Amino acid sequence: MNAPIPSFLEEDAGKTLLRFSTAGSVDDGKSTLIGRLLLDSKNIYEDHIASVRKASTHSDDQESLDLFLFTDGLKAEREQGITIDVAYRYFSTPHRKFIIADTPGHEQYTRNMATGASTANLSIVLIDARKGVLPQSKRHAFIASLLRVPHLIVAVNKMDLVGYDEAVFNRIRKEFSDFAARLSVPDLRFIPISALQGGNVVEQSDKMAWYKGESLLTMLENVHVAGDSNFIDFRFPVQWVNRPTMDFRGYSGTIASGVVRKGDEVMVLPSMRTSRVKSIVTWDGEVNEAFVPMAVTILLEDEIDISRGDMLIHKHNQPQVSRSFEAMVVWMDEAALDPEKFYYLKQAGRTTKAQVEKVHYRVDVNTLHRLPGMPLQMNEIGRLRFSVHQPLFFDAYAKNRSTGNFVLIDALTNRTVAAGMMIDREPQDKMATDVASLAKLLRSRLRPEKGVTAAERAARLGQKGVTVWITGRPGSCKSEVAYALERKLFEAGALPFVLSGGDIRAGLSIDLDYSNLDRLEHLRRVAELAGLLNRSGVLTIGAFISPTQEMRNLVREIIGPDRYVEIALDAPLDWCKQNDKSGIYAKAEKGEVRNVPGVDFPFEVSTTAASVIKIAETGVEQAVATILSLLRQKGIFPCQKH
Amino acid sequence: MSYTLSHLKYLEAESIQIIREVMAEFERPVMLYSIGKDSSVMIRLAQKAFYPGKIPFPLLHVDTTFKFKEMVSFRDQFCRDIGAKLLVHTNTKAIENNISPFSVGTQKCCAFLKTQALVDSLRQGQFDAAFGGARRDEEKSRAKERIFSFRDEKGQWDPKNQRPELWNLYNAKVNKGESIRVFPLSNWTELDVWQYIYRENIPIVPMYFAKMREMVVRDNMLIPLDGDIPLRPGEKPKEVMCRFRTLGCYPCTGAIRSTATTLPEIIQEMMTIRISERSTRIIDHDQEGSMETKKREGYF
Repeated sequence: MNAPIPSFLEEDAGKTLLRFSTAGSVDDGKSTLIGRLLLDSKNIYEDHIASVRKASTHSDDQESLDLFLFTDGLKAEREQGITIDVAYRYFSTPHRKFIIADTPGHEQYTRNMATGASTANLSIVLIDARKGVLPQSKRHAFIASLLRVPHLIVAVNKMDLVGYDEAVFNRIRKEFSDFAARLSVPDLRFIPISALQGGNVVEQSDKMAWYKGESLLTMLENVHVAGDSNFIDFRFPVQWVNRPTMDFRGYSGTIASGVVRKGDEVMVLPSMRTSRVKSIVTWDGEVNEAFVPMAVTILLEDEIDISRGDMLIHKHNQPQVSRSFEAMVVWMDEAALDPEKFYYLKQAGRTTKAQVEKVHYRVDVNTLHRLPGMPLQMNEIGRLRFSVHQPLFFDAYAKNRSTGNFVLIDALTNRTVAAGMMIDREPQDKMATDVASLAKLLRSRLRPEKGVTAAERAARLGQKGVTVWITGRPGSCKSEVAYALERKLFEAGALPFVLSGGDIRAGLSIDLDYSNLDRLEHLRRVAELAGLLNRSGVLTIGAFISPTQEMRNLVREIIGPDRYVEIALDAPLDWCKQNDKSGIYAKAEKGEVRNVPGVDFPFEVSTTAASVIKIAETGVEQAVATILSLLRQKGIFPCQKH
Repeated sequence: MSYTLSHLKYLEAESIQIIREVMAEFERPVMLYSIGKDSSVMIRLAQKAFYPGKIPFPLLHVDTTFKFKEMVSFRDQFCRDIGAKLLVHTNTKAIENNISPFSVGTQKCCAFLKTQALVDSLRQGQFDAAFGGARRDEEKSRAKERIFSFRDEKGQWDPKNQRPELWNLYNAKVNKGESIRVFPLSNWTELDVWQYIYRENIPIVPMYFAKMREMVVRDNMLIPLDGDIPLRPGEKPKEVMCRFRTLGCYPCTGAIRSTATTLPEIIQEMMTIRISERSTRIIDHDQEGSMETKKREGYF
């Protein structure tokens, strides 16, 4: 054998590996793109090409091979024309080896996208240039960001069908960048391609001379991934205790993150005992240093009782140790999450029983909006709080992709039902109720009134500054009652003011939507404003659905119970639907809007109102009269004027 | 020191993690040993996983009795050398009933002598986890198989009902009678396997190296004269320079024309070869999707 080959082999064996996932539907040309990468980098065998040619709709024509057939594996799928599961593909170039996790893009396959992204260094999101940024493109990006894939390439495909127009590409880039600003994607790139024609996939396309960047394959070959691993925090979950003879006791496992050296002082969790690394053993000999993701066997200088699931760490760099934690969870099973049930939780070599304590919210993966709790269903993502039977040793997933993840296993069916990404203990986003209690604390520290007193204002205006809070379903005449009340009060010499939801949402709450959390925050702001108006002496009227007792309690707390008069307009749902002028019920039935109280969002009839008015029976005029007499009774208006 | 692993070291580390996980989670693991190159690599990875100890579970060879003589003698020597416990299982009832590719065709023969023999031996041994050397790049239906692949009590695979597999967290929960097939080489390609054999100096059956062999040329395939292959009228064996790319039963395994007599030559051949590995396996071509059908029934 001549000499050059072994050195050439040496070079090839020293290649690095890049794992990437692709997401997109059949229509985006994802399978075609992968077929193109494999074909153009000469990684498809002739007999495979022949069998695809046999199946292609256009036979004998090399140029129009149905490229997607290379990747659509199972028979059932080929019949349905869709890819239904994560499939792994392999190819290599002289520079790198690649493993592709090829995942389907349909909505119901969120779990497959998450699976593919879990091991990926990079994700490719495919966008059809003709269709632009679709909800599913956003969903792909969101899942990649949730799974902390460090690099994201947006490939704008089918450029041939839009005349290779740079403006189309730029428009999509702008729209996607705006969206991605809300995600955590450290490295975001865009590339215009034509998978069918091969443009910018392997070779630069002369039809898109305006694009100055690398071809997709060159990008994949050059992207720097060595720095993506966590080399800071040494974590070694003991996988298996190796005791082949009486005088050898080693701890086998894979370094989850960080670096360990012979002689290092290490601490064992959960016992907290410390020792030093005596040696790091491998079949290929002892090593002085080992790093993520090497599989090694560690020997310690002292005899300590250590078993599977324990963790070796550096004493001054410890993970969190806890029996309860919060996590973002992707639900993957047909049976929805059952908070009554316990599940097995597998994390960093430990398996323990776990129970869901609370569902904070679900995420609408298309809009990123937060939806109220409820059990998670298949392919839904949510933020949950867990409690577990044995303490876990973990880091936030955002800091450590190896020790911050877990899977849930159903104790009865043994199915893997969910995947989770752990979150730092402190919730990063303060919720409305937290803000409200903080505000209460701060207010209690304020000195009492400094200027003109409430009594002086009431004496001047002949009214007390209180808030009449009118709650009720959509279509229960809240606004009509509020404005009629305002008119009557004004004519009687009072100074009333109606706070309307529309006004507040058009300005003060412009950044909020209709999720449970955002509704709470919206009402918190309304209540703060009403409270300030009350202090200025104005008799404020608020007409807000405020569907839950929790929300109304929050409002009462902020305004102050002595300034808060709650009026509940109670009417049957059907009556409200007939009476509805906004058309919200009709839209809800067509599925155009979600989270409509009383429809797909809870509506709790008030139990704490000063007056419950059966509006369907009384009508607006009678309702106003009832409220006026209540205000008179309570001495709110009129009151003694000086 | 640069904290980067080459792709082979990365694959090695991943496989070792998988093998150790099985040892830690299951009561009775067994490693399928087919005598082929992939099995040789898998066994080396198991040796590495438990070093300095020996492989703590038995190897199981499902012997169809149609294996090449060279394979059987290699098997016995190899297992003696590494000090592994070898179990050999044959569906003797089927052999007594004269089941062979010549009598019932390749598909049925495989169903009795491989699939059924395998399922029976796993059940008799009460093995709850069985390692196999299959790779995802071998065949389309394998591309979607999990690393921990669940089988019901009949050893059957349901491609629509696979457990999600994220990160390196493998679900090892099974009820009594059910089992997991484990594929530590899932992410390896044929080329990776050869490069690893070369770098690690792993012993393999000499049939992988080219030499002049007596062969029958039939339908573009080179069929070896091991055992008693019935010749068709007009067929005459001739000396051909060839080697075997995969090893199976002699009636079903073709050779390829090759002059690669060393590992570097084989690797060089791999890098330029334009025909897939399993094209020399007769059974895979029998019908569209035949591997998937067999896997559903319990084949590896």
